[in-house]
Parts: sequence; C-alpha cells; structure tokens
Amino acid sequence: MEKAQGKVFKYGDNVDTDVIIPARYLNSSDPAELATHCMEDIDKSFVDRVSKGDIIVATKNFGCGSSREHAPIAIKAAGVSCVIAETFARIFYRNAINIGLPIIECAEASEAIKDGDEVSVDFDSGIITDITTGETFKGQAFPPFMQGLIDAGGLVNYINNR
Amino acid sequence: MGMTMTQKILAAHAHLDAVAAGDLIEADLDLVLGNDITSPVAIKEMDKMQVDGVFDKDKIALVPDHFVPNKDIKSAEHCKCVREFAKKNNITNYFEVGQMGIEHALLPEKGLIVAGDVIIGADSHTCTYGALGAFSTGVGSTDMAAGMATGKAWFKVPGAIRFNLKGRKAPYVSGKDVILHIIGMIGVDGALYKSMEFTGDGVADLTMDDRFTIANMAIEAGGKNGIFPVDDKAMAYIKEHSDRTPVVYEADPDAVYDAEYDIDLSSLRPTVAFPHLPENTRTIDEVGEVKIDQVVIGSCTNGRMDDMRIAADILRGRKVADGVRCIVIPATQQIYLDCIKEGLLTDFVEAGAVVSTPTCGPCLGGYMGVMAAGERCVSTTNRNFVGRMGHVESEVYLASPAVAAASAITGYISSPESI
Ligand code: SF4
Repeated sequence: MEKAQGKVFKYGDNVDTDVIIPARYLNSSDPAELATHCMEDIDKSFVDRVSKGDIIVATKNFGCGSSREHAPIAIKAAGVSCVIAETFARIFYRNAINIGLPIIECAEASEAIKDGDEVSVDFDSGIITDITTGETFKGQAFPPFMQGLIDAGGLVNYINNR
Repeated sequence: MGMTMTQKILAAHAHLDAVAAGDLIEADLDLVLGNDITSPVAIKEMDKMQVDGVFDKDKIALVPDHFVPNKDIKSAEHCKCVREFAKKNNITNYFEVGQMGIEHALLPEKGLIVAGDVIIGADSHTCTYGALGAFSTGVGSTDMAAGMATGKAWFKVPGAIRFNLKGRKAPYVSGKDVILHIIGMIGVDGALYKSMEFTGDGVADLTMDDRFTIANMAIEAGGKNGIFPVDDKAMAYIKEHSDRTPVVYEADPDAVYDAEYDIDLSSLRPTVAFPHLPENTRTIDEVGEVKIDQVVIGSCTNGRMDDMRIAADILRGRKVADGVRCIVIPATQQIYLDCIKEGLLTDFVEAGAVVSTPTCGPCLGGYMGVMAAGERCVSTTNRNFVGRMGHVESEVYLASPAVAAASAITGYISSPESI
C-alpha cells in the first residue's frame, strides 16, 4: 500500500458511531450519500472542509457504539485516507479492516498531532510524519493475518481468493 | 494455562485443544444475525463473493426491527431487500412484522440460542446472548456477509475481566443498575477487546431478564462479549425455549484474568447515566433536580417481561405528569401478548402512556419519539451519545424501568422508592 497524506481533523476521546454517521441517515446505505453527513453531529463543517486524502486523528476508543459499517464507509467515502487513534473500539476496528479503510493505533501520534497539521503515513513501515512540526512516530503494525486481509483489499476479496 | 469460559467455547468452535488471549482463530458459527439496517449492506457484499447461497438456511436470523413497521420509503426499500433475500435463500428464521420483535429479545425467546453456541450478529448488542452461556458478539455487515456465506468468522481470542457478584440486590435495584454501576466504575473503554465474565453467588440473585440486560450492555464498556455461568435458572430458560442440546463450558480454576472486581449487589442503588456517555453514572441519591420531557421504556436492554411488570406496578393507578410523554415498547410480540393477558397495557394506557408494537424506534432516534433541541428523556435504552435520540442538543438519561416509570409520574428523574 502507498502513502497517505493530508491535513488533520483532530477529535478527542470516544468519538462514537452516532456522531460519525447519525442513525437518522441509516435508511440509506449509499456511500456517497452517507459521506455528505459524515461527522455531522460532532463537527458540522467537516464535510465542507474535508478534501481527498485528509486524515482523522483522535484519542481513545474511536468508533465506539454501534456496529454500523456505515461509519467507516462514510469516512472512507468522504475522502479520508487514514484514521489515527490511541485505541479503536473493536467493532469499528474490524469493520475498517474489512472494508479497507486504513487505520493505525499510535498513542504518541494521537497526543502530539494537532488539528490542521499536515501529516503523512507510510503504511508499509507504520511511520507517521507530522510535516508541520517535523516529528515522526511509529504506529502499531498489524499482525500478519490482518495484514493479509488488508493486502487482499478486504474480507470479500480474501474469501474469493481462498 | 487455564482458559476462561469464552476461550473454551472459542477453542471448541475452532477445533483446537486450547487457545490463549491474542490468538487469531477461525471459528464455526452456530448463528449469524442481521437487521434491517445492517443486512442490506451485507447482502450487497455477499453478492460480490463467489459463493452460491448461504452456508445453512437454518443458521441465519434476519430480523427487521429498527425502522419497522416501515417509517418511510427508504426503510421500506431496505426491508424489501431483506425480505427478498430471505425468500430467495429459504431462510428459516426471517421474522416479518407480526412475528418480529427487537432482535436481542426475540432470538433467545425463539430458542435460537443455547449455551455453548458461537453467534455473530451485525448489531453491536449481539453480546446479549452471553446471559445463556453462549459466546456472542457484534460485527459489521461485511463480517455478516462472510458468516452467511461460509459459516465461519475470524476472531482475536480475547482476554477477560472477571466480575465476582455477591449478595442480594435491594428492592428496585435491577440488572440495569448493576451494569450501569460497572460501566461507571470501569468506563466506556474499560473492557475494550475483552470478555466480561460474571461469576459468584450473586448470579443466583439475578433473573434471566436481569442477566440479558447486563450482558446486553457489555459493549457499552467496550467489551467483546459478556458471559454468565449456566446455572439452574439458565438451564430452565433454555429448556423452556429450545429443543437443541446446550453445551455447558466452565472457566478453568487457573484461568487468567486481566482484572477482577468484587461487586456487592446489596450495596447498589438505582443508578442513572447522565449525558453523553454511559459511564457518567450517578446513584439516584446524587441526581438532583432534573426536569424531563419524555420517558421511553423498552429496547433490547429493557423491553422484557420483568421490565414491563415493574413499570406497570409503578404506573398502575397513577398518572404521567403533565408535559411528559411516556412511551412503552414491549420488545417482542410474545411480550406484547403477555402484557395484554396480564392487563399491563391497561395500566399503561390508563396512566397516560402510549404503547407501541415492537420496534427499536426511539432508541436510535429513528422514529416513534424523536426529541427536539433542549429536550430531556429518561430512557431504559443503552446509549446516551450526542444526538442518539434526536437533536444534538437533546439529552438522554439512562436508567432502569423502575426509575423511568417513577420519573414519568413526577416529571423529574425520581427514585421509585419515593412514589
Ligand atoms: S433497541 Fe436500540 S440498541 Fe437495541 S438493537 Fe434496537 S437500536 Fe440497537
């Protein structure tokens, strides 16, 4: 996988799936439509400001709450290239891997990186670089099994390849 | 090294003698669940997989419950998609309006779960079935699709936290208060990636409905699953509802736990979670004066018979306060019917509450009780995130059915003891 690079949208602890994509929009499963409501209940201006390649950085337990795959789908369809957090809620973690939204756990990066910073992520090495400050961080690498899922392009392809 | 109850179930379903926390395994599934929000996404994903049909038409449960009876055209289209998929694949356990209930109340009631099962559901509260000594956990739609296609799922074997329950609950303290107390203690990520295993003499003091409520909210502490030992009460429940043979697993005496907590049930008080996180708990003695606009009694957490009975006991012969909307939602058709037979619907309606057919409805801000800016709701549901039940400036206070019913009468968050 290549690199991701973009400007950072920074959030705090426990960003839940209800603010990532409110349930009132779950009567749609169209990624493009979901993207137009992404982060609406935590950051109304997100969809207007986000551009392709941008990166979300949050602290603890990102994606907690419901199992809705609509959450990582909305984030991916909004153009976000990577989510960095100290920890992810487990269903969100699974879903992101299964649909091919790159995510990285890194406590140091999640603490140091600020809103609006320009950041790049090298997925092969797990190295996160804050271009604005010049700092670099080493993200948590995936175990080989999960790397296999990601390399296959998600769970659907993984199953088809067997 | 000894295994926890969860690890033993997972090892058996992965055909391994032993597993340890952190192992990545592939396990056989006894049941795969989806609802009207998550199944359409799963069905689309399954279409992309090179498989012909589902792995076993008897081991898939499809329950449209979130936006049914359909709230709008889009919901109707989603339900139609699920209905047609069920028909095409001859799915035995598809539950149409009229048979359906909120999935996590319905599946145990229909006997689809027995002790020792491994279940995945594309709904985060799938962890509810741990009350019956099964391993069950919420997943996303793609996992559901893969589960329906192959009958298998990958898992990272979780470590566990053990909760030793002892003593007996005081009157008006229920399973809801136990789990809110625990979430308040360990936080919304206190059990992240882990099993929550409940043990101890205190388990005997919990009804099955209490246990469903507790296991249901394991996810609100970040847990992968919540699980109870299979005692006589659990066995009686399983026998009453299912013809299948349960398999009982017990944790090894030398099983390793990442943490252990002792909880004296007799010391617990009715507990309320303040906005906007389930961990913001206060006992009823600490809530102060909180005026409310709406009460919801229902959901996969507290829409069962115990919940209906305690709410009716409190509302019977009293009136819902002026300016308060009280919405009662029995979780399944059977519970609805039992409420009719016991006369509870009369109690609710005479008190000035409305009673709905089974639906998730207001729990996720879907319909049937969506809130406006500045409004406050005492709800027996499980999440009080920003915007969960409507406008981002509305507030949800999570509580037991007893506290919710008492609050409906006074118009303020109130203790049932004060009624
Ligand atoms: S009642 Fe609420 S929490 Fe339970 S399944 Fe329905 S929406 Fe989810």
